Amino acid sequence: MTGLSSSARPTADAAGGRDMVTFRLGGELLALPTGILREILEPVRTTRVPNAPDFAPGLINVRGAVVPLADLRVPLRMPRPPADEHTRIMVVELVLNEIPSVVGILAERVHEVTSIDDAALEDLPGVGTTWPPQFVIGIGRWQDSFVMLPDLDAIFSAHLAGESGAQPTSGKDCLP
Amino acid sequence: MIDDPEGQALFEAEARQLTESLEAGLLALRSATGDRALIDGVFRDLHTLKGTGGMFGHAALAAFLHDFETAFEAVRDGSLEVSGPLIELSLKAHDHVLSLLAGGSPEPGEQLLADLGALRRAGTAAAEGAAPRRIRIRFAPDTLSLGGVPGIVLDGLRELGATAIRPLIGDLPPPAALDPAELHIAWEAELPAGIGDAELAEVFLFHEEALEILADPAPGAAQPPAEETGAAPPSAAEAAAGPPRPRDGAMMRVSAERLDEMMDRVGELVIAEARLADLAARSGDPQLVAVAEEIQRLATGMRDTTMSIRMTPIASIIGRFRRLVHDLSQALGKEIELRVEGEETELDKTVIEMLADPIMHLMRNAADHGLESAEERRAMGKPGTGTITVRAQYSGAEVLISLIDDGRGLDAARIRARGIERGLIGPEEELAQGDLLKLILEPGFSTAAQVTELSGRGVGMDVVKRTIEQLRGSIEISSEPGHGAAIHLRLPLTLAIIDGLLVEVAGERYTIPLAAVEHIIELPAEKAEAGAAPQLLNIRGKLVPFLRLRQLFRSDGAAGPHQKVVVVMSGELRVGLTVDQIIGSSQTVIKQLSPLHATQKTFSGATILGDGTVALILDVPQLVAFGQAREEREAA
Repeated sequence: MTGLSSSARPTADAAGGRDMVTFRLGGELLALPTGILREILEPVRTTRVPNAPDFAPGLINVRGAVVPLADLRVPLRMPRPPADEHTRIMVVELVLNEIPSVVGILAERVHEVTSIDDAALEDLPGVGTTWPPQFVIGIGRWQDSFVMLPDLDAIFSAHLAGESGAQPTSGKDCLP
Repeated sequence: MIDDPEGQALFEAEARQLTESLEAGLLALRSATGDRALIDGVFRDLHTLKGTGGMFGHAALAAFLHDFETAFEAVRDGSLEVSGPLIELSLKAHDHVLSLLAGGSPEPGEQLLADLGALRRAGTAAAEGAAPRRIRIRFAPDTLSLGGVPGIVLDGLRELGATAIRPLIGDLPPPAALDPAELHIAWEAELPAGIGDAELAEVFLFHEEALEILADPAPGAAQPPAEETGAAPPSAAEAAAGPPRPRDGAMMRVSAERLDEMMDRVGELVIAEARLADLAARSGDPQLVAVAEEIQRLATGMRDTTMSIRMTPIASIIGRFRRLVHDLSQALGKEIELRVEGEETELDKTVIEMLADPIMHLMRNAADHGLESAEERRAMGKPGTGTITVRAQYSGAEVLISLIDDGRGLDAARIRARGIERGLIGPEEELAQGDLLKLILEPGFSTAAQVTELSGRGVGMDVVKRTIEQLRGSIEISSEPGHGAAIHLRLPLTLAIIDGLLVEVAGERYTIPLAAVEHIIELPAEKAEAGAAPQLLNIRGKLVPFLRLRQLFRSDGAAGPHQKVVVVMSGELRVGLTVDQIIGSSQTVIKQLSPLHATQKTFSGATILGDGTVALILDVPQLVAFGQAREEREAA
C-alpha cells in the first residue's frame, strides 16, 4: 500500500532508463511505469456497474477492496477483442480527484518489466495512428518495436471531468 | 501529579467535555434561572474541572476555577440570584478557561474574578463545624491509577487534629479477585469541633468526592451545612435533582482512532464470516453449518455493539449551537431563540463531528441573512424574537436534520439572477423551485461581498454541500418568502456496516439497505410485462410507483414469471423495485465507490459477498426520488 505515486507520468529529469511494464492493448504495445504498479492479476469475476461508461464498466475484488476496472482501449480508440487466456488486470495506484485510489487496468497480455529510455521518447506522429494525442506521453522503443506510453493522468482526468466520450449513453430510464 | 502525554490527552478530552457541559448549563440557566439541577450541574462541572485540572498540573486553571467556583457557591446556597450579567460574566469566565487550557495568559482572570466578586453579595455566614464530626473517607477505586495518594489526605486530617482514624476493609474483594491497582479500603475519622468546611475542603482538594460526613455522633448538633467549596455529601436533595453519577469508573474514555480501528476489524470479520457461511452451506456438513451459524451470531453481536459504541446523540454538539446563537444574537443585535428537537437522535460519531461545522455555518447564514431585525419583524406582524429550529429525526435508514428559521426566506428571483450572472444556469433554463434554491450551494455562487465577519469563517456553502456528500447524504432546501427557509440534511445512520437485503436481477446481485425496506410482494401478473400501463401498484389502498430494475440497469434477457417487488421508503415517500429473486438478508460492509463511478447516483457503494464477488448497494433515496419524479411526469 506504500509508494503512492502522484503521477503516472515519467519525470523529465529521470536519468537514463526507467522501469516500465510492457503490455498489449488493441494489438498495440504499451508501457506503464512500474512505480505505480501494485500487482498483476489473472482475470477475476467482474461486477458490471449498470449505466457506467465503457471506460470503467465494472468492479472487482482485490484482496478485500472494491476496485474499479478501467479499459484504456475506450479513450485510446482501440478495437476491443474479447478476453482470452492471456488477459490480465494490472492493479495500479493513481490519484483521482486528489484521492489516492487503486484501479485495475485491463491488459490483453502483459509482457515484461524493462527499462525504457525517457530521453529517447518521440512525439506521436501526426499521421498513422488514431490515438488521441492528448492521451499519449510519447513513443519509446523496446526490442525493435515501438511502444506507446499512455498518459494515465490525462486519461483519468478527462474521464472525471466528463469528457472523452466516456460518458454513458443517455437512455430514457437512466438516472441523472 | 501526572505527567504523561496519554494522561494529558485524556485530560484534554475530559476538559473539553466539561467546558462544553458548563457552557450548555450556563446558557440553559439564562432562561431557567432558578433551576436547581442546572445550578448543581454548573457547579459540578466547575468542580470536576478544577479537580482534574489540578491533578494534571494546570495550576493557573485550578486556581482560577477555585475562585470562580467559590463565587458560584453563593448562587448555589441561594444568596446570589442568577442574573443576565452573571451569566454573561460566567460565559466569559468559561472562555477564559478555554484560553487557559490552550496555554493563554491567566491575567484576564483577575478582572473576571473581581467582577464576579462585585456581583456577589456577602454569603450567609453559616455556623459551620461547631461540633465535633465523624467523617468517612472513601476514594474512587481508580484513585491510585490516576495518581492520587490517600496518605496525603489522611496526613492532612491528622494535622487538623483528626482522631480515631481507622481503616474499613469491608469492601475488600476475595484475594483471587483483588486488583492491586484498585483501592478498596475506606477510612473513618473523628474531627474535633471548630474545623470549618473550608479547611476540610482544603485537605480534600482533588478528592472531594471521597469525603462523606456521617451523622453527627454528638447528639443535638445540627447537620453540618453542605455549602462552601463543594465538599458536599450526597444529600437527598442532590439525589433527587439528577441521577447519581456512577461511582466506580462505569464510564470509560477511548480514543476515536481505536474505535475506528475496531470498526475496520469488525468489517473484516463480517466479510470473513460471510465467506465461512457460504462455504458451510455448500459443504452441507451439519456440524460446520452449526459452527458457522454460531460465528454469525457472534459477529452480528460484535457489529451491533461496536456500532452502538460509536453512536452519539446529536445533543453532544448542541452546546456549540447554543453558544453560537448566543454570540450571534449579541453580535447582530437580533433577538434569536434556538429551538432543538430530537437531540437524543443518534448518529455515527464521525458523522456527528463532521456535521458540526456545516450546521454552524447554516445557522450563521440563517441568523445573518435570514432573520430580520426585531423592528422589521414586528412591522411584518411577526414576533420580535427570531427562531432557529434544529430538528433531528429518524427516517428509515437515515437521519433527517432540519435547520429551520422563521426569517424572510430565500429570494428565488435573486438566486436565479445570481445563478445566471455566475454562469451556473442558462438564462432560459427553467428549474424546479428546489433545484433553483440549491444553487446557493454551488462553489461559484457566493460573492466576496456576502462574506461578512460572521458568515465568512472559512466554511462556505459549497463546503457544506461537499461535507454532506462525503457523508453520503443529501441536501434539500425549501423556502417561503416572508415566513422563513428550511434546509434539510439527510444522512445515513452509519458509514460502515448495514443490514442488507440481497436480491438478484438478471443473474446479477444487488444489496438494498434493509432498514429502508417496507415489505416485499409478488409482482401482479398483469404488471409483469414492461408496457405502457402506468407503473403504479396498489399497495394497501395506496398507489405506489415502481421501477423495473431490469430496465433501469439495462439488464440482458427477459424477466421470469415470478418477479418480486421490494417496496422501499425514504422519508414519507415510497417506491417499489422489481427484482427477479430475493436471496436473503446479510450484513453488508459498505465500501465507497471510487471517483470513477461517482456519477452513478443509483448506487451508494459496494460490498463484498461471501463468495468474494462485489455487489452494488442501491441508493434508496435516489431511487425513490427518481420514482416519484417519474410518477409526477406521467401524471402531468
